Amino acid sequence: MMDFWIILTGTLVAATCGILGCFLVLRKMAMVGDAISHSVLPGIAIAFLLGGSRDSVLMLFGAAVLGLITVVLIQLLQRSGLQSDASIGIVFTALFAIGVILISRNAQHIDLDLDCVLFGEIAYVPWDSLIWNGYNLGPVAIWMLGGTFLIVLITIALFYKQFKICAFDPALAAALGIPVALFHYLLMGLVSLSTVASFESVGAILVVGMLIVPAATAYLLTDRLGLMLLYSVIIGAISSTGGYYMAKLFDASIAGSMITVCGILFVLTFLFSPSHGLISRWTKRQQMRGGNLNQVI
Amino acid sequence: MGIYPLEVDNLTVAYQKKPVLSSVSFRIPSGKLIGVLGPNGAGKSTMLKAVLGLIPTVGGSVKIFGQSYKESRKKVGYVPQRESVDWDFPTNALDVVMMGRYGHLGWFRRPGAKERRIAMECLAKVGMADFAGRQISQLSGGQQQRVFLARALAQNATLYFMDEPFAGVDATTEKAIISLLHELREQGKTVLVVHHDLSTVKEYFDEVVLLNGKLVAAGSTEETFTTANLQKTYGGRIAMLQDVTNASDRSDEAEVSGESSPRRSKTARRAGKAGKSSMTNAADGVDIPDEAEGADVPLGAVSRT
Repeated sequence: MMDFWIILTGTLVAATCGILGCFLVLRKMAMVGDAISHSVLPGIAIAFLLGGSRDSVLMLFGAAVLGLITVVLIQLLQRSGLQSDASIGIVFTALFAIGVILISRNAQHIDLDLDCVLFGEIAYVPWDSLIWNGYNLGPVAIWMLGGTFLIVLITIALFYKQFKICAFDPALAAALGIPVALFHYLLMGLVSLSTVASFESVGAILVVGMLIVPAATAYLLTDRLGLMLLYSVIIGAISSTGGYYMAKLFDASIAGSMITVCGILFVLTFLFSPSHGLISRWTKRQQMRGGNLNQVI
Repeated sequence: MGIYPLEVDNLTVAYQKKPVLSSVSFRIPSGKLIGVLGPNGAGKSTMLKAVLGLIPTVGGSVKIFGQSYKESRKKVGYVPQRESVDWDFPTNALDVVMMGRYGHLGWFRRPGAKERRIAMECLAKVGMADFAGRQISQLSGGQQQRVFLARALAQNATLYFMDEPFAGVDATTEKAIISLLHELREQGKTVLVVHHDLSTVKEYFDEVVLLNGKLVAAGSTEETFTTANLQKTYGGRIAMLQDVTNASDRSDEAEVSGESSPRRSKTARRAGKAGKSSMTNAADGVDIPDEAEGADVPLGAVSRT
């Protein structure tokens, strides 16, 4: 059962992040996901200080607020003329630093381990069960991640066409009367939510891997957005399962192994993808060259 | 006539305190093809975006069929510049055209069989039916432009805004676009086109709007597209302009003059490019034919002075 809970947790994180990651990658905003995942730290710390306990809902709320503040700040800096990558770098490191100070200053009062926030500890997931009326309903993390996954899935399914057109052609979307800014912040809100829900299990840093790598891998495998979403979920699930057993084999960090497997899948796809892979492109080029040569002869 | 498809009144737009358009006022009659002309940075695309409510305005008003843009949105079709989107996006031509229907679908309805059928018809109208399932990055520049036009057709509008549809397209596509524009006009629709190639203005457009940060002139091509007005619009590059108006005055006489002038205007455009925003950069390099090199030499010298 232990194995199952851990793998399920990893898969839920990967699936949630994979879906959102596709839109981040397509909108060339992958690094905004990175920024959010870091800058939620002060939100978590403040929620912790206020609540005095690891109350998940309060932490979720604090982090989600910080996530949105991050996005707004980045956009403010960009609009005032700063480059987008510089704006992202300034905002998230500054907020992250504040979070680090908050946690280290209050380390004696609060039981919040910085290592745990940064790298997560998915192995502890099965121990923290949700008890309701004396019944053990399974790990808290599963409920939280499952809920987040459902929220993301339903939102994306309901507004699929809006998210799609906002990613492809925001100008037309706006001209058609689709509230582009609303969907931008909705996407960012979902990213914040998923990041926070995931940080306890895979950590604030590795969640970035789950946001970007499965989506980037899926991007290399298909020319259809719908399939890209599906593939990124499948790749995430394979990474979680594979990563868990790899961690067992090498007695290593589970979350680290999951992202490593994900990275290996990306490299394999990058090399061997039938449509966009390095090798298939190379052979196509060779064939074309050969064909041309034959025509000449 | 009464209601105009588009009435722009005192429109002023600024980017970070720098005015791009100041107090532009004009109105366009219905059922015409209108060319919006002006040098780079004259605010042509900006005006289009302001009219469509895509960028904030500092002042002035825009009326479309006597209403605000919000109220008349479904009557308006828009073709953005081709370079404004990422053509590596994982989708195919048919899918892009279907996006033109999204405005008619409301918040929750998904595009279905009806939207598919309309999109296929629109693709057929621009001669792209065979490419419906093609990944959009596998299309040539001209084909991508035609997909964009098909998408605008799918919007089923009565007033169309097109931002440089002729930029960087091949001759086949240019012909396809023109015949499509004529078809739209025959259906009584109004099309506003941001255009660069001065040599084709007389041939393509019934009306012109000349912009240079402010409105220089607007009206029928015959009365408005004059050397004097063009001088006001384009400033010092007179040699080229006289050439163009002469060339188009001799309109029927030949491909030869018609062929040489677009290069000249483009060269001049390049020369006058300093301080230009990135909007048209990509297209500029592409659509200058190789044979133009010879013709470029004297003109380059002129525009440098």
